[in-house]
Amino acid sequence: MIREDLHEGKVKPMAQLTARQEERTWPGVAYARRLGRFKRFVPLFLMMLPGLVYLLINNYLPMFGLIIAFKDVNFAKGIMASDWVGFKNFEYLFKTRDAYVITRNTILYNGAFIVINLVVAVAVAILLNEIRSKLLSRFYQSVILLPHLISMVIVSYLVFSFLSIETGFLNKSLLPALGIGEISWYTEAKYWPAILTLVNIWKHAGFYCVVYLAAIVGIDPEYYEAAKLDGASRWQQIRAITLPLITPVITMMTLLAIGRIFYSDFGLFYQVPMNAGALNETTNVIDTYVYRSLMQLGDIGMSSAAGLYQSVVGFILVLVSNYIVRKINKENALF
Amino acid sequence: MKVEHAGWQWTAHVVLIALSAAALLPFALLLVSSFTDEQAILQHGYSFFPDKFSTQAYDYLLNQSSEIVRAYGVTVLVTVVGTSVSLAITTLLAYPLSRRDIPLRTPLAFYVFFTLLFNGGLVPTYLMYTQLFDLKNTLLALIIPGLLMNGFHVLLMRTFFMTSIPLPVIESAKIDGAGEFRTLYSVVLPLSLPILATIGLFQTIAYWNDWFNGLIYLTEPKLFSIQNILNRIMTDIQFLSNSNLGSAASQGMAALPSTTVRMAIAVVGVLPVLVAYPFFQKYFIKGITIGAVKG
Repeated sequence: MIREDLHEGKVKPMAQLTARQEERTWPGVAYARRLGRFKRFVPLFLMMLPGLVYLLINNYLPMFGLIIAFKDVNFAKGIMASDWVGFKNFEYLFKTRDAYVITRNTILYNGAFIVINLVVAVAVAILLNEIRSKLLSRFYQSVILLPHLISMVIVSYLVFSFLSIETGFLNKSLLPALGIGEISWYTEAKYWPAILTLVNIWKHAGFYCVVYLAAIVGIDPEYYEAAKLDGASRWQQIRAITLPLITPVITMMTLLAIGRIFYSDFGLFYQVPMNAGALNETTNVIDTYVYRSLMQLGDIGMSSAAGLYQSVVGFILVLVSNYIVRKINKENALF
Repeated sequence: MKVEHAGWQWTAHVVLIALSAAALLPFALLLVSSFTDEQAILQHGYSFFPDKFSTQAYDYLLNQSSEIVRAYGVTVLVTVVGTSVSLAITTLLAYPLSRRDIPLRTPLAFYVFFTLLFNGGLVPTYLMYTQLFDLKNTLLALIIPGLLMNGFHVLLMRTFFMTSIPLPVIESAKIDGAGEFRTLYSVVLPLSLPILATIGLFQTIAYWNDWFNGLIYLTEPKLFSIQNILNRIMTDIQFLSNSNLGSAASQGMAALPSTTVRMAIAVVGVLPVLVAYPFFQKYFIKGITIGAVKG
C-alpha cells in the first residue's frame, strides 16, 4: 500500500476521479467550492490529530534527540544547552573493546537466528502441511506458537528452572543421570551462544512457521495433482513445487530480518542471562550495552554514541535490504 | 504410493508431537515447581515429579503479599486503558489515511511509515520522557512510551479499510447526511470487527507482557506491574519480604519460601494468557498471517 502511494501515478487517477465527481455534484462559485472542500476535510484531520501528535512525540522527537551523541550532556546546563564535543563520544566508544564485542555478538546472534529460524520453520511448516486432520494441524500450530505469546521475563523464569545452579532441573536431575557434574551456567560465558539460540528458536520458530504455512497453504493444489499424475514422490513434490513457490516469501522475510540485523531482542539478551556480568563476553549486544551504559553507569555520552551508531547503521541496512528486495521482486519490497 | 504417504503422516505426527512437548514442558516444570514443597526443591531441585507437593507458595502469596494483588491491579488497569486508547487513536489515524480523497494523503502515510524505518533509540527517548514530560514514576510511563500506537498497526488497519470497506457504503452514509465521525462510528467500524479484534489482541498482549517501560521509568515499587515484580524478584527475592516489612514484623511472618514463591508468581503472571489462549488462538494466527502478508 505504501508502495502504491509513493508511486503516485497509481493513486492519482482515483483522486482525480472522485474530485471530478465532486465538481459535478457541487454547483457553486469557485471560492465557495474551495472553502467547502477544505471544510469538508476538517473532521478527518481532527481524527488524525491524536495519532499524529503521538508519533511526533514518541518517534520524531527522539530522532532529533540523537544529536546529543555529539554533546557532553550536563544536566546543570540543560541537555540542549550542553557543549558540543564533535565525535569525542564516538572516539571513546570505538577505543573500547566493547564496541567490537557488541557489534560481533549482535551480528553473529542475529545471523544465526535468521538461518536457524528459517530452516526449522520451513521444515516444520512442510510437516504441518502433511497433517491431514485439520483439527490436529491447528492444535500443533497453536501449541508451537504458544511461547511466542509470553513475556521474556516469564521465559527467563522458565530457563532459570532448568539452569539454576543450586536447584535447576539440569544440575539436579538430568546431568547426574548422565553422569556429568554440575555446571555453573550463569557464570560460564561459553555455554550462552547455544542457550540463547535455543531459547530464541523455542520462542520464535512457531511464529515463522505460521507465516510459511500460510504461504504453503496458498499454493494451488493443481500443481500437486499434476505432479502426482507424473508419478512424483512426496519428496520430489516438496523440492520441485513447495520450496520454489514459497521462495518469494522466504526471500522477503529473510531480507527484512537482515535489514534488522543491527537490532536485537533486548529481553532475550537482558532477561534470559539474568543480567549477569560474568556472561557479558557472549551475551552483550548493542541494545543491552546502550541500556547498561545509560541506566546502570549513567554514561550518556557513551550510550548515546552507541545508540546513534545502531540507528544509523540499522537504517542503512534496512534501505539496502529493501533495495535488494526491490531488485528481485518489486511486489515484495516495503517501499 | 499409499505406503509412502502413510510414512510421511507418521513422521509428521511424531516430529510435531515432539515439538509440541518441547513447547509445553517448560510450562509444566514451572507449574509443578510452584506446587512443590520448599524443602523438596532445596534438596532435589526443580523437578517434574517432586517428592512432596505443597501449596505453601500460594498460601504465602494470598496471605502475606499485598504487593502481588496491587501489581495485578496495575497490570489489568494499564492493559485495559492502554489497549482502549490505542485502538481509538489507531483507528482515528488509519481511517482518514484510507480515504482516497483526503489532501496530503501520501506525505501523511509516509510520516507514519518512516517511524518503522528509523528511530532515535533508547537514550533520547528516555531523556525526553523523563526530562521533558516528567513521566518517571507515574502510571502513564507504563502506558505511553513505545506502546500506545504502532505505525505498523496503523498501516495494517488502513489496508483493511481500503480493501474491505466498499466505497459506496461510505458515500451513501454521507448522502444520508452523516458526518465523518458518525460515518466512521456507525458504518465503518461495524464492518471492521476482524481488524479491530486482531489489533486489540496484539495490543492486549503487548501491554500484559510489557516489563521494559517499568524497568526504565519506575523506581517506585508501588507502581510495579506483575511483570516488573517478577523482574525485580528474579535477582532480589527479599524484595517481597522487605516491602511488606511492617505487616511481617507484627505477624511474625514465616520464612519466605523463596524458590517456590518465585515460580508461583510467574505462574500467576502467565496463567491468564495460557487460559485465554485456546479462545483467541484462531485470531492470533490469523493476525500473524495478515501482518506478514500485508506488511
